[in-house]
Amino acid sequence: MTRRRLRVYTAQAAVFVIVFGGWQLLTSLKVVDPFFFGQPSGIVQTLVNWIRHGTSFGSIWLQISVTMEEAVIGFLIGTAAGVLVGVLLGQVRFLATVLSPYIKAVNALPRIVLGELFIIVLGLGIGSKVVLAGFLVFFVVFFNAFQGVREVDGNLVNNARILGASRMQVVRSVVIPSAMTWIIASLHVAFGFAVIGAIVGEILGAQHGLGVVITNSGNNFDTNGVFAGMIIIGAIALVAEWLISLLERRLLAWRPQTVAEATAA
Amino acid sequence: MTVEPGEFCAVVGPSGCGKSTTLTMVAGLDRASEGTVSIGGQPVTGIGRGTSFMFQTDALLPWKSVLGNVAMGPLFRGVPKKSALTDARDWLRMVGLAGFEDRYPHQLSGGMRKRVALAAALINEPSILLMDEPFGALDVQTKAIMSNELLTLWDQSKPSVIFVTHDLEEAIALADKVVVMTAGPGTVKAVFDIDLPRPRGSVQEIRFGQRFTELHHEIWESLRDEVTRAYALTASAPAAEGVLS
Repeated sequence: MTRRRLRVYTAQAAVFVIVFGGWQLLTSLKVVDPFFFGQPSGIVQTLVNWIRHGTSFGSIWLQISVTMEEAVIGFLIGTAAGVLVGVLLGQVRFLATVLSPYIKAVNALPRIVLGELFIIVLGLGIGSKVVLAGFLVFFVVFFNAFQGVREVDGNLVNNARILGASRMQVVRSVVIPSAMTWIIASLHVAFGFAVIGAIVGEILGAQHGLGVVITNSGNNFDTNGVFAGMIIIGAIALVAEWLISLLERRLLAWRPQTVAEATAA
Repeated sequence: MTVEPGEFCAVVGPSGCGKSTTLTMVAGLDRASEGTVSIGGQPVTGIGRGTSFMFQTDALLPWKSVLGNVAMGPLFRGVPKKSALTDARDWLRMVGLAGFEDRYPHQLSGGMRKRVALAAALINEPSILLMDEPFGALDVQTKAIMSNELLTLWDQSKPSVIFVTHDLEEAIALADKVVVMTAGPGTVKAVFDIDLPRPRGSVQEIRFGQRFTELHHEIWESLRDEVTRAYALTASAPAAEGVLS
């Protein structure tokens, strides 16, 4: 381990100790009211309790897996649709011009409102959450894919055409790999949106999931429960972020190392 | 302007006279607004199979290895992967890049990238090779080496070449024929036959020959007027705008 990395880890540990230690201290001394602000020891207790005895809606693992299932399926569907539509509209200028006002209008809607609609149409099951998550993901990925396609170097396209590429071959071997940098960059944000979609969908109405657990804790004025739910979601987000970074490194292995990466390593 | 089969034709002219546009029209990437481009008596309506193009800036795919970049042409044309890769390896050996197959373009020097681009252009065995200032961004020494290699490779398959350049010496050293274009609306001003014997040997040496100097002098006389005129046009343009506003 380099000295630099050691210093980073030490500082990260220090931040953790200061934030949670300070929180624990201030709530123990009743400087702030633990009823409203929760307490780290209480949060840990709640987490242990959930793991040992489950939540009011069944085992905690069931809640996590339901939320994850909704988020991941929504993420995959939204990403696929976003890339597909982004590349299509990026290639067919006429279509892009025709659809542009509609896309902007739908994008400007507070998409949470659509959650209500999806629940009416698809019910309280997993379907309505998947669609909401996918919908949120779609727009993030779509705009990036579209922009990425627009930014493709015309030289590369012309070169491929002269070398004998058909239109589909140009899209497959030049346009999509070229837009990949943009698409991958959007995935980091997109997974966050997928989780938001799943949780909000559950809060609006569901039988299982972390959103249900969090709302229930909130309704019972159990601040520790709300925080415990947040911590689980945070941990999931960190793991997902790590996985996406792995994917990024694999897909973009051809890129020259940037200055930032070179100094970080 | 006509280029015979197997002829090496260089085009010189002031900046902005339409040298590059001419090439894109021959390639079938652009349509001519006036006049026609014909290849073998047939008017050009789209991208032809027998044409290769070497661009001024790199047109290599940065996410593909050197080998993958060279194999692209045959793969696009439906050649089975195995034989496309074998061909690509052969071509890389011919341009002196054996051992660099797995590198990415950004790991190579400017001169090496040009070799890859040359291999990628020649692997399709074009009957017409269009080159738009391909060595413009290289330093003088690398440029000379690349010019020599280009002549050697051209001699093997003898495609017709249209080579656009700013560099008159490069044009004379390489070509059978130098076309001078006019400034403003780009038209052909004069065509000079270069009667230097082939094989020419090193392009660095040939510049010191007496015939080379004579030709250079003669063509420069013709080119100079156009360059001056083009310069005057660009220099007076902002002034004219000033008057209007």
